Amino acid sequence: MRAKDLLHPRPEGLYCPPGDFFIDPVRPVDRALITHGHSDHARSGHAHVMATDQTLQIMALRYGENFAGATQVAKLGEVIEVNGVKVSFHPAGHVLGSAQILVEHKDCRIVASGDYKRRADPTCLSFTPISCDVFITEATFGLPVFRHPPDTEEVARLIKSTEQFPERAHLVGAYALGKAQRVIRLVRDAGYDRPIYIHGALAKLSRFYEEQGVALGELLPATLEKGNKGDFAGAIVVGPPSAFADRWARRFPDPVASFASGWMRIRQRAKQRGVELPLIISDHSDWDELIETIAETGASEVWVTHGREEALVRWCEINGIRAQPLHLVGYEDEGD
Amino acid sequence: MNRFAELLDRLVLTPSRLGKLKLLTDYFRETEDPDRGLALAAITGDLTINAVKPAMLRALMEERMDPVLFRYSHDYVGDLAEAVSLVWPAPESHLRANRTPTLSEVVESLQTASRSDGPRVLARLLDSAESASARFAIIKLVTGGLRIGVSARLAKQALADLGGVDVNEVEEVWHGLSVPYLNLFAWLEGHGEKPERKPEALFRSVMLSTPVENNDLERLEPEHYAAEWKWDGIRVQVVAENGIKRLYSRTGDDVSGAFPDLMDAVQFDAAIDGELLVHDKKGGTGTFSDLQQRLNRKTVSAKVMEDYPVFVRVYDLLQEGEEDLRPLPFEERRKRLERFISELDPFRFDLSPLVEFSDWHDVDDKRKRPPHPVIEGVMLKRWSAPYMAGRAKGPWFKWKRDPYTVDAVLMYAQRGHGKRSSFYSDYTFGVWTGPEENPELVPVGKAYFGFTDAELKQIDKYVRDHTIDRFGPVRSVRADRQSGLVLEVAFEGLARSTRHKSGIAMRFPRVSRLRWDKPPAEADRLESLESLLDR
Repeated sequence: MRAKDLLHPRPEGLYCPPGDFFIDPVRPVDRALITHGHSDHARSGHAHVMATDQTLQIMALRYGENFAGATQVAKLGEVIEVNGVKVSFHPAGHVLGSAQILVEHKDCRIVASGDYKRRADPTCLSFTPISCDVFITEATFGLPVFRHPPDTEEVARLIKSTEQFPERAHLVGAYALGKAQRVIRLVRDAGYDRPIYIHGALAKLSRFYEEQGVALGELLPATLEKGNKGDFAGAIVVGPPSAFADRWARRFPDPVASFASGWMRIRQRAKQRGVELPLIISDHSDWDELIETIAETGASEVWVTHGREEALVRWCEINGIRAQPLHLVGYEDEGD
Repeated sequence: MNRFAELLDRLVLTPSRLGKLKLLTDYFRETEDPDRGLALAAITGDLTINAVKPAMLRALMEERMDPVLFRYSHDYVGDLAEAVSLVWPAPESHLRANRTPTLSEVVESLQTASRSDGPRVLARLLDSAESASARFAIIKLVTGGLRIGVSARLAKQALADLGGVDVNEVEEVWHGLSVPYLNLFAWLEGHGEKPERKPEALFRSVMLSTPVENNDLERLEPEHYAAEWKWDGIRVQVVAENGIKRLYSRTGDDVSGAFPDLMDAVQFDAAIDGELLVHDKKGGTGTFSDLQQRLNRKTVSAKVMEDYPVFVRVYDLLQEGEEDLRPLPFEERRKRLERFISELDPFRFDLSPLVEFSDWHDVDDKRKRPPHPVIEGVMLKRWSAPYMAGRAKGPWFKWKRDPYTVDAVLMYAQRGHGKRSSFYSDYTFGVWTGPEENPELVPVGKAYFGFTDAELKQIDKYVRDHTIDRFGPVRSVRADRQSGLVLEVAFEGLARSTRHKSGIAMRFPRVSRLRWDKPPAEADRLESLESLLDR
């Protein structure tokens, strides 16, 4: 069977004709397999949804219990047949519950990896390379300029800054699912034991992480009564990045704007966003990890999606691997 | 090197002056000699390293990486130094140095490298750096120009903070010092003598004035004060001693190199204080925008010197021969100055004339209607005051003419930094141009202060409610003849500019009033600004 007959892009998302299902569709469909809970991959309104237990729970938290007509839990590693096509879910290391999906049919193995990262993350299971014929990779940071430093160094800079500027609140922008909890966990691992303040948008998901066994230490709501600005002096406050550009941020004393993202590697990006303390902490693979992963899967063909496809395609060509950009619409290639 | 790299990374993104000072003082405190002195020299521009050209960097890169991938990377990042620092491949682990070199090791390798050896030495240093930040700092050192938004003056303030001394003290000793400033740090940290000023044409900290504010003059007697015009040039100090001649800016930077025409005319042993100005074609006093042709240059061509000859309008004499005149009253210094200046080349040095006046009302009239466009007000100097460094209130006042104003329409707003990062606080404004019946707005300037915190909130709300487009941190605000916010903008002057679509550049624009009441169609037209240009 030719790979492109087993999976190919449609306006709704990546479609499998023999199995009659979509992977991470961006519009409501009859049958959807979902890699992880970020909102551009996991949408509500499908008739049937198959995903890991944690991803299903995250979707229920975000969209309410009735986010899909019916749901089916995919256990990691378990092979499930969908209309004669074998599918199995394997850890992707991106956020809690995230998975790659292996689709197998008539001697053709394709891995749709969703979003993934390779380095250790105390808040989710690590990526396992799955051998396959075609590897579908993201390319969010698919340029040689993106090489994430060790996250311990980044967190150490944050903590040093709270000591250097004890009168200022440190506002850390981090996406609500995954990044925020990882940053908090890393700060805890660095020995920081003061309360950490969180924006309301993080509360539900952080509680869910704790229920799943990821201890986050003392979290307090970053709300306050009128006139006690001083309470946040020297504190670490975590919230979604959008909140820091918003009126919400005005309650904090002379804040240090920080942002945890792989994009912070580029100075101009940090500058444009008005970020004073960039933290290069990403839930996506950097360039070195992308090419290392492609090599490890042993894939003879690579499809590259959301991000900077051309550099990764070029690298594959130089290294004798067939590669092409896979034009899927609707994913935020900026999200990190 | 890692600490220096971290310092650069933080400084470039820290908007507030206080934040920068804190980062600098902490760095100087925590870093040992000679690294901190070298860092200081790099920041103040006093570190000389043979430059590596961008083409050479690119060539180094292409030996190590697929040129196509490098081109994608460079296009994406924009800045060559940053792109190279990010993609530079780490050498095989057994070939790697076991630590990042210190700043002094880096500087020494670079300074001792011959021109032909330069690229190889640079490559070795980049191989030995552990992080992209360290590589970036190394490349910035060899390509010149750190561009971190720290002036020499700010660095000196950080040193003063480190030692708990006045910044004027640092400036006074500055020119007797050399890299890496061991005796300076020893003094500031309390385990060394204050560095001696070497007796060679040193800078003297300048005396500054305070603005005339409400009621300041009521209690003062007009006859105790002299008045002079306040010329709109650059404050300078010319010092010559034992054949050594220097021209200093008001912060003590030696700018002699860019003004050989003036320095040739320095044939005396003295220190004088005055305003650097330029002659116009007819031998009169040229405008500030003419003067700008001579500023911010390291060297100058003969053509530019001929077209824009500079001179100093002198208003004080601080030293004559061996004698320090600063303790003398202004009245005495002025007499000595008048005698002294009659001996000098009148094309290069002239005397700032005194302005006759009867009472404060008369001064007020004169400063409002200055007789020459390059005058920006009046200076008042107490006859009895000695020359004192710093900005004491009383001996010297400046009383500026009222600023120009224009009614302009808000066009774009950008989010601020630091405390203002959640506010749209930087405003680009425009005036009308084109046919009367169908005019369009053309941007003429940008202002980010002049309003109160309460007004900032109001404008911020206005921007959010009237956004028609967004580009990153910038919002485009609805501005047409029916709807728009009119800002009264005050400014100090205009210069022609080829860089702006409107053809003009404003000096020191700030918002002076919010004209919520004024319909945008009634804002000013470009012609009214252009008429100011020709004055």
